[in-house]
Amino acid sequence: MAVPKLAQLSKSVVQGPSLATGAIPTKDWMDVPAIFKPGNYAYQAKQEKVEYLNSQKGLHFPNAREWSPEDEDWKLPENWKEIILKGLAERLDKFRSLKIFMDCCVRCGACADKCHFFLGTGDPKNMPVLRAELLRSIYRNDFTLGGKLLGKMAGGREMTVGVLKEWFMYSYQCTECRRCSVFCPYGIDTAEVTMMLRELLHLVGVGINWILEPASNSNRTGNHMGLQPHTFKDNVDFLADDIENLTGVRVNHSFNRKGAEVLFITPSADVFAEPGLYTAMGYLLLFEHIGLDYTWSTYASEGGNFGLFTNNELMKKLNAKMYAEAKRLGVKYIIGGECGHMWRVIHQYMDTMNGPADFLEVPKSSITGTTFKNAASTKMVHISEFTADLIKNGKLKLDKSRNAHVKATFHDSCNPARAMGLIDEPRYILDHVVDDWVEMPENTIREQTFCCGSGTGLNTDEIMELRMRSGLPRANAVKHVIDKHDVNTLSCVCAIDRATLTSLMNYWNPGCNVCGVSELVGNALVMDGENRQELDEGLRTLV
Amino acid sequence: MKYAFSLLAVTALILIAGLGSQVPGMQYLFGVVIPYLAIMLFIGGFVYRIMQWAKSPVPFSIPTTCGQGASLDFIKQDKLDCPTKPSEVVARMFLEIFAFRSLFRNTKSELHNGPKITYESSKWLWLFALLFHYSFLVIVIRHMRLFIDPVPFWLSAIESVDSMLQIGAPTLYLSSVALVGGILLLFGRRLVSRHVRYISLSNDYFPLALILAIAVTGILMRYFLRTDIDIVNIKKLAMGLVTFSPVIGAKIGSIFYIHLFLVSTLLVYFPFSKLMHMGGVFMSPTRNMANNSRAVRHINPWNDPEIKPHSYAGYEDEFREFMVDAGIPVEKELTAVKDEA
Repeated sequence: MAVPKLAQLSKSVVQGPSLATGAIPTKDWMDVPAIFKPGNYAYQAKQEKVEYLNSQKGLHFPNAREWSPEDEDWKLPENWKEIILKGLAERLDKFRSLKIFMDCCVRCGACADKCHFFLGTGDPKNMPVLRAELLRSIYRNDFTLGGKLLGKMAGGREMTVGVLKEWFMYSYQCTECRRCSVFCPYGIDTAEVTMMLRELLHLVGVGINWILEPASNSNRTGNHMGLQPHTFKDNVDFLADDIENLTGVRVNHSFNRKGAEVLFITPSADVFAEPGLYTAMGYLLLFEHIGLDYTWSTYASEGGNFGLFTNNELMKKLNAKMYAEAKRLGVKYIIGGECGHMWRVIHQYMDTMNGPADFLEVPKSSITGTTFKNAASTKMVHISEFTADLIKNGKLKLDKSRNAHVKATFHDSCNPARAMGLIDEPRYILDHVVDDWVEMPENTIREQTFCCGSGTGLNTDEIMELRMRSGLPRANAVKHVIDKHDVNTLSCVCAIDRATLTSLMNYWNPGCNVCGVSELVGNALVMDGENRQELDEGLRTLV
Repeated sequence: MKYAFSLLAVTALILIAGLGSQVPGMQYLFGVVIPYLAIMLFIGGFVYRIMQWAKSPVPFSIPTTCGQGASLDFIKQDKLDCPTKPSEVVARMFLEIFAFRSLFRNTKSELHNGPKITYESSKWLWLFALLFHYSFLVIVIRHMRLFIDPVPFWLSAIESVDSMLQIGAPTLYLSSVALVGGILLLFGRRLVSRHVRYISLSNDYFPLALILAIAVTGILMRYFLRTDIDIVNIKKLAMGLVTFSPVIGAKIGSIFYIHLFLVSTLLVYFPFSKLMHMGGVFMSPTRNMANNSRAVRHINPWNDPEIKPHSYAGYEDEFREFMVDAGIPVEKELTAVKDEA
């Protein structure tokens, strides 16, 4: 399961016999079974985690059991096939997207080489079109006239345990990044297909631990790391101490404080692990700099939403904490930290699922007077929008030279780019906090950005080779600007990225740091009453 | 194999119509009954499929944003690729449907030693698709002359543009050449491109083969087998069909019945196949929705109000002591909780 050496993987990606490198498989894809072996699958969810989630009101995670993907027998419930087909029928009735995407594909192949998993593994079933065909073939067989009449001739096939195993393998080799949907002439979004596959698999107790355990933690403790309230507070306090050591400024921050103007929610990873910690320090400094009346919450201490990677019910339940806490604390609006999928949930799902948030006010920055009309209904503003507005209105004292050690490039996270349209705000901020930064090649940024390769709960160590393969297109574009422009920092606005891109850079491009844009803001801020040490590496400097 | 099967199926259809229409008395079946059935199944099937799609709600607002969204005043919105207003959505859809804009973005990626991945613009598929669809459209419009009497001015105008090269007599229609070319290119691409070949199904080859046969039989009639057919009788039959008083006049050559039978097959096949992308493209939620879900609340009809968060009260009950110890404000002080107990 060890990750192959760089030289070995570099060769294998390009020369290994795969559809991506020019070899044409001899067998029809329907005749190639999914075989699980150490390293090619993420560990199955622990029974107790599935049981816990199933015990929560409004959630349905049945058929918890001990099982292993490597076993021949997955110990599926006896009527598993009936459950799956019924589940599919229900979802066809609930999601027009699913019906349209099942019916409209013409297999033009435009999506084929757009997927980072396909580029990195060369596995034909990682072409978005074929990933969808894994489900579409079943849909045809059981739900369409042509399939019922002609069966295999019309591209249909019977639902079997082998198909189910295939679903498990390939719905967890997709990060729901939506890059393929940009290129599809009908906008077919594989993320929707993958979501449905994962929902169906959960119905028969098939899921992965790296998603269900954090989801359980988020439900119980408020954050996916499972930090209890006092620990969460300790962690933030610790960052405040670090800031004082570095800059001589003591920041004021509070937890669960009623009556604050703003509730601030960010992915909990930012207060837990490097390099997210520095991004969190950036938030603390920024809010101190402008004297924002805000509070953290230990109850709603997770911006990320592992529910999105399971089913829409769990997504809703976890997300509901944000509004519940905003209401309890009586804040006016919410600011959200840097995170990719968190913002997909907030931007495209939250108001629909848990709104209307009529107890909140339309966000209006008390510092600049700007009303965030684009968030008039959800009442939640992205930290990059908030920061860009502060900069535009001259409310921040910034010294770019404090980022002199940084030569940056910017990675668009999948969800802000393709499920939100937050593309230029972080760039505007970068323009004002670093001397110079460069773009990666145009086919790898903005709406064409490549995923880190480990999103949607796939940033687990047991599939490291897969992650390094699927992250290759991103890493390769970074390498391009490292070679050409001596870039040493990959900035981003996503907590999963901060964790996963760090592993990715260490493997493909050692020496390249990963940071949040807010870290660079924090580096550049000139604070009132500061007594700043010589910080050669900004907030990362060891003093 | 899959393409061979499709070619065989089309050959069989040609034989059925070619031989069948020569059996005395069967002209009425091939000239009137089957076309009527086909058009009914086409319209009925098309409407049914659209209704089936429309029956399922769009629970969430899920546009794929392909540019900067509407945000702060000084950040320029990409109105076409990240629309917020209905008019902007219409513009996005218009370009998608009439110019195949997403296909225009297509790139081809290549893996090189290093490893190094390169991406270059690849517009072939876009070009072939445009060629195929637009020439097909023009041909469908041109055929309206068989169903309208007198032939309107605009129809003649389209025909004269279509034959502006003035090659041969009768003059060659550009759309005929473009359609056959487009089909051959799309068919060839399915065989040559390894990605597409691996994913192609019989359902992908069959419609191409069918339309190719339709085009070829049409071309044969117009340019090569003119003596076998009687255009006046064909127009009479077509006019009869649209006025619900069909008459089979004097002998019409079997090539016409083959052509008509293949078209009928296409009409019947259409609603039950991937060809429904023609209707589906209008209804794709990732393209036809505005990216304004934070400004305007999107309603999900099956949203379950019973799904509530793990409550704050439950959370505080579990962690109250730690919270009080850490100085985090609580709703119920420890003493109050003890009193209750």
